[in-house]
Amino acid sequence: MSETVLNMRNLRVTYPKLSSKVDVVRNCSLQVGQGEILGLVGESGSGKSMTAMSCLGLVPKPGRISGEIEVGGQQIVGRSESQLSEFRGGLSAMIFQNPMTALNPFLNISDQMADAIVSSRPLSRSEAMSESLAALHAVYIPNAEACLAKYPHQLSGGQLQRVMIAMAIACKPRLLIADEPTTALDVTIQAQVLLLIRELASEMKLAVLFITHDLSVVASICDRVAVMYAGEIIESGPVADVFKAPAHPYTRKLFSTVPTLGSKNKQLEYIPGQVPDMSNLPAGCAFQSRCDVAMDQCRDSAPNLSASGPGHLAACHLVASHEDMN
Amino acid sequence: MSTSLPSVANRSLRIEKFRFFLSSNVLFVFGAVIFSLIIVLAIFAPYLAPYDPVKINFSEKLVAPGLTHLMGTDELGRDILSRVIYGARTSLVIGITVLILSISVGVPIGLVAGYFGGRIDTILMRVSDVFLAFPPLLLPIAITAALGAGLFNAMMALAISWFPWYARIMRSSVLAIRKELYIDAARAMGVGHGRIMIRHALPNASTPAIVQASMDFGYTILAAASLSFIGIGARPPTIEWGLMVALSRSKFLDFWWTAAFPGFAIFVTVLAVNLLGDGIRDLLDPKHGDLS
Amino acid sequence: MRRYVVKRLLMMVGILLGVLIITFALSRLLPGSPIEMMLGHRPTQEQIDLAREEFGLDKPIPVQFINYVSSAVQGDFGISLRTHRPVLEDLLGRMAATFELTTLAVILVVIVGIPLGILSAVRQNTLEDHITRTFSIAGMALPMFLVGMVLQMTFYGWLHWLPLQGRMNVEVLLDYPFEKYTGIYLIDTLVTGQWQAFKSAASHLVLPVLTLALASLSVVIRMTRNTMVEVLNEDYIRTARAYGLSRRLIYYRYALKATLIPMMTVVGLTYGFLLGGSVVVEFIFDWPGLGGYVVGAITQNDFPAVMGVTLFLATIYLGVNLIVDLLYFVVDPRLRAS
Repeated sequence: MSETVLNMRNLRVTYPKLSSKVDVVRNCSLQVGQGEILGLVGESGSGKSMTAMSCLGLVPKPGRISGEIEVGGQQIVGRSESQLSEFRGGLSAMIFQNPMTALNPFLNISDQMADAIVSSRPLSRSEAMSESLAALHAVYIPNAEACLAKYPHQLSGGQLQRVMIAMAIACKPRLLIADEPTTALDVTIQAQVLLLIRELASEMKLAVLFITHDLSVVASICDRVAVMYAGEIIESGPVADVFKAPAHPYTRKLFSTVPTLGSKNKQLEYIPGQVPDMSNLPAGCAFQSRCDVAMDQCRDSAPNLSASGPGHLAACHLVASHEDMN
Repeated sequence: MSTSLPSVANRSLRIEKFRFFLSSNVLFVFGAVIFSLIIVLAIFAPYLAPYDPVKINFSEKLVAPGLTHLMGTDELGRDILSRVIYGARTSLVIGITVLILSISVGVPIGLVAGYFGGRIDTILMRVSDVFLAFPPLLLPIAITAALGAGLFNAMMALAISWFPWYARIMRSSVLAIRKELYIDAARAMGVGHGRIMIRHALPNASTPAIVQASMDFGYTILAAASLSFIGIGARPPTIEWGLMVALSRSKFLDFWWTAAFPGFAIFVTVLAVNLLGDGIRDLLDPKHGDLS
Repeated sequence: MRRYVVKRLLMMVGILLGVLIITFALSRLLPGSPIEMMLGHRPTQEQIDLAREEFGLDKPIPVQFINYVSSAVQGDFGISLRTHRPVLEDLLGRMAATFELTTLAVILVVIVGIPLGILSAVRQNTLEDHITRTFSIAGMALPMFLVGMVLQMTFYGWLHWLPLQGRMNVEVLLDYPFEKYTGIYLIDTLVTGQWQAFKSAASHLVLPVLTLALASLSVVIRMTRNTMVEVLNEDYIRTARAYGLSRRLIYYRYALKATLIPMMTVVGLTYGFLLGGSVVVEFIFDWPGLGGYVVGAITQNDFPAVMGVTLFLATIYLGVNLIVDLLYFVVDPRLRAS
């Protein structure tokens, strides 16, 4: 059994609004183990990016984090900025969606990588340089020395994303958080980067929290998946199980919206309705208004996570009633 | 999905939002209030001014501010408060006139240049580059010198110096929306260029120009006052704040009120207008978020 | 890079040509021809014709323009109607005074304004930020001439600390003469070791420089703050924070570099603003520079002089902008690539 690196329990991210407040993340719990890749799936606005940022204590002001986040044995919530700064990079490292803007256009790769490494590990600058080189080799950048001297605008999107990954792993983190790293890349490059992440995860025994809205990405490299809706996890489990037998109505709908070649359906599937307004959530299940199997119970009380298979959880009253029956 | 609220709850939400807007935009409200006051002063000057602003009265010359003359009198015995009130008219007229002129010349030019692009656009850009190459105030000075001193000529000069700026702003925003689908759609339906420009491009691309105008209003007043101050703008007997300060120069060290009050009037007016302009900009173009 | 420089220089020449067109148009194509102004009242027809021939005004407009441009390029801006000397000579004699004033003002604005703007951005929405922004908003509403006069009232009229006008105390100038190598009094007096003269020059500089600086300070603070806030919201700053880079590192290395380009633009614009503002300030403080020259020229209808100064200052401003544009290359690696 691999050791749990990320242990998140009851995470809540709150934003003040007008005279009240909004929870953009409500009661989110996740675990990721060493060498394991957990896919966090959801539509935009579901709260997945916020969840990711919370692991680094990087939620943009004036957001507040509450709950419990433990990374490699260290508590994240409630720490001061300087303490968090120590954790960032060395404990958990993050790679972002758009590598073109995520790197400083005015500094070369070498400086930026060295800065990141020196801020995360107790190394001298020259040691950091050799670590940078090693990392660039590990992500299969050809001619790493030349790359170090370059500026971000001189590299392609795919190369830049590799550089970002190199920067992350050079800091030797326990947890790698990838916030939609392949969304902005070409499909062919996407595949390469995904395989790279997979390889590094197992080689370096990294725990990876992989944020995406793309189910095919989840299918290709994730071990487990967690589905997020309206700020909470509504289904989680091993990828094979969830894909074969999605338990939550939302997840089922999600899968059905992905068109497949050769299917007889002429019409595109979609989920009717809209993502709920987080400041105006109904009592009960957040998905009820768009759910085609909603019951009266769904309007009254919000469902808790219940098992629909080994290691496979879903927050749905239907699932709970089946569980009771078994 | 939001359910429809009963109308009472709706109203109180709106009131709350309005109060929130007011409190987070105190400066804007302040500017709006002051500016309204100034407009009132300008419109009702004859009724609000305690004395005749042009009446010379040597027996009352250079009286310090007091109960009879709240802002004192100048060297010709004229009541400064009354002159300041009448000066509001002049300044507002200047601001409005110059802006209307600049916009009515600059916006169409920018519209055409941005819409058609190509050579017309390049020519426009070069021309506006030339106008922008002059340090501020210098071109108005040169133009006024050529036309002859006087408030009207000064306003013309300011408008001439400024319209390229508006042309440029308009052109940028038209360029941005030209790529929008609805322009192509209109063309595909056979709508003529002129109609597209007026009915589609103009309304949607005007915002930056409007924002700029609201921010320029104050600067127009300042520039006109400066021109009057150095002697080539408003001339006696026109009542203009900058001119009043200029006339006080020989005596202001001993009779501070002759310069202070008109100067302060300029300051307050321009401040109010700037705050108002900032607020308008925040409303129409929230990306800037300077006052947020 | 070289191609860009050439392109930029050509552009500057083109704009200069446009400037010349404008000044030419202003001098020739207006009713109330300069001839009558120069000849005084009721010139005879013969005098008019003679003058027209002498000034080349009987030739077609395009030819006139070419003559105009060629003489301008050779530095012939005409003869001043007041001093009866070549305008260019007048200008060159007064250039140093304005240069001293505007340069000191720019330095002051940069040293005070940019740090304040950055502080304001870094401490967004704290007390320091609000105070700075209030000051900045108020500063932009103050007319320059009022600031100058208030400073005169306070520091001369009331406190008697500083002189009212002028560049130097006349007695000091006579008692402690110094060689005017550069025309910049602060430098010249130091170089020739005339301490009294230096003190006088410095004390005369304080108020005019302050007046100029205060006016543009507000704008610089505001623009710096806005730029810095924008930069701090960029993705790469988020990345830097995500790796735990120290605050100092983030601000000084990551953020500041990005603000350099907009800041240079602002400084260039400020210089232009000050060149224009020097007209008012030199007028108030009786400063023997280009601004004072212009005002005197206008009020006495010395048209060639007005046009000469306009052309001169516009050229200087274009030069400043050219330098700023070229400096972009030094700062932004993205430009260097092409």
